[in-house]
Amino acid sequence: MKENNQNIWKRFSKKQSLERFGIEFVLLLIFIWATNSVDIYWPFVSDAPSQAADLINRMTPPNVVFLKDIIPSMIETINIATLSTIFAVILSFPLAVLNARNTTPHYIVQLIARFIIVTSRSVNELVWGLIFVVFFGPGVVAGVAALTMRSLGFMAKLVSEAIEEIDNGQVEAMRATGANGAKVFTYGVLPQVLPIIIGTSIFRWDINIRQSAVIGLVGAGGIGILLTSSMNLFKWQNVSMILISIFVVVLAGEYISASIRKKLI
Amino acid sequence: MSTNSTPTVWKRDHFIKNPYFRWIVILAGITYLIYALNEMDFNFARMQRGWPRAVDFFQRMFPPDYSRWTMIYKGVFESLQMAIIATTISILLSVPLALGAAANISVKFVYAISRAFIVVARSFPPILVAIIFVKALGFGPFPGILTLAFTALGFMGKLLAEAIENIDKGQVEAVRATGANWFKVQLYGVAPQVLPRYVGLSIYLLDINLRASTIIGIVGAGGIGGALFNAFHRYEYDTALAILLAIIAIVLVMEFISSKVRARLQ
Repeated sequence: MKENNQNIWKRFSKKQSLERFGIEFVLLLIFIWATNSVDIYWPFVSDAPSQAADLINRMTPPNVVFLKDIIPSMIETINIATLSTIFAVILSFPLAVLNARNTTPHYIVQLIARFIIVTSRSVNELVWGLIFVVFFGPGVVAGVAALTMRSLGFMAKLVSEAIEEIDNGQVEAMRATGANGAKVFTYGVLPQVLPIIIGTSIFRWDINIRQSAVIGLVGAGGIGILLTSSMNLFKWQNVSMILISIFVVVLAGEYISASIRKKLI
Repeated sequence: MSTNSTPTVWKRDHFIKNPYFRWIVILAGITYLIYALNEMDFNFARMQRGWPRAVDFFQRMFPPDYSRWTMIYKGVFESLQMAIIATTISILLSVPLALGAAANISVKFVYAISRAFIVVARSFPPILVAIIFVKALGFGPFPGILTLAFTALGFMGKLLAEAIENIDKGQVEAVRATGANWFKVQLYGVAPQVLPRYVGLSIYLLDINLRASTIIGIVGAGGIGGALFNAFHRYEYDTALAILLAIIAIVLVMEFISSKVRARLQ
């Protein structure tokens, strides 16, 4: 009997499966804790499908005539995304150089650069939007500033990682010719990271298109403003038209970004 | 003194080799930039008024006010709960979705539906989805959880489907050759190959969901974001900074845990 049992193949040894069971058990406990203590009013949950159906009902058919208001606002949204990407690329480059292990002039400078990058990345664009609306007043300028701030850290992090991974041979070869610091940088470092900078910028532009549709919620320009006002007026057929437009623009942006990056690589 | 046709000075290649195309790109870029900057509508008078406001803003931000610590604490925990529940829902549902969206496993009809769902779920930023769910289902963490689960499902479904599409066919064939049924083929032929990626993505998803759960409260979908938004609107910038620091702290902790776990998995 005993020998028979050993002939059955099992993926894990007893210790392994005990370990796995333990991890699964802990995860289950965490899940039970979360569902039990979360502040949900359960009758709402059972009511959800009919409520959703009601909203969809009010949204159809989308108001196509509203496109005449959507299109200018959408162009503004795309401009916000593009301008903020351009600003972020320009500003992130020195930041990336100061942050990269092999190009930073001093570790204190590196620390400051890292602090800026972390802050930029961990604060959401909507929060940046709230802050810049206080500075610049509601409008496109606040939107561009908000998205620039958010993109800055993202760009700088990826570019500085690229700088850290460059081939040092090229840099030394430049140095061996007697080139000065600036020339070593432009001919030894820059050509190696340029494709990554361009690729990352286009990727970030793609992300910014999505985000610029949102920042209007806090008054920072773009299609989000139109969305909020339509919703406050309960014009659901306009809302659905806006959502469809955002969907189309996001897909187009993703397609453009993907095809440019494919060409570069 | 004769002009030698061999160049003696080396010049770096231009990034775009064709000179006509290069100039077209540069000109188009400059034209666009001028146009877009014009459209931006700088209001210098407003910006001048903005500077004292900015100074005032920063002065009122410091020091951060932790007197409403229990509110921050509750909000952070609610965000955490939302992220956990939404992540659990989406990693469970992502399995059938990814199987449906993997070209090498699915049938055409199911493939089309699954891919369409993924495209829609991925295209909308979480905040936008949250607004719609809040309008449809009311305030609170429930629409927030649905939002996170929906957007995460698109992300997870896409990456997991790609992982399934890239598996080694031999193992699947081998399991099938033993006479295993469809379910067992998936379990012993496909699952072991994508499991490390699946677990890694799940952790990453929790990371993303936690980030999003701290912000969707701005539109009333539960979590710490609502408290942040209220603090801003009541001009309590010192409380806002305290909340912001709490958000940054948990986001960084989660990012750290997530990157450590994923590094161990690889």
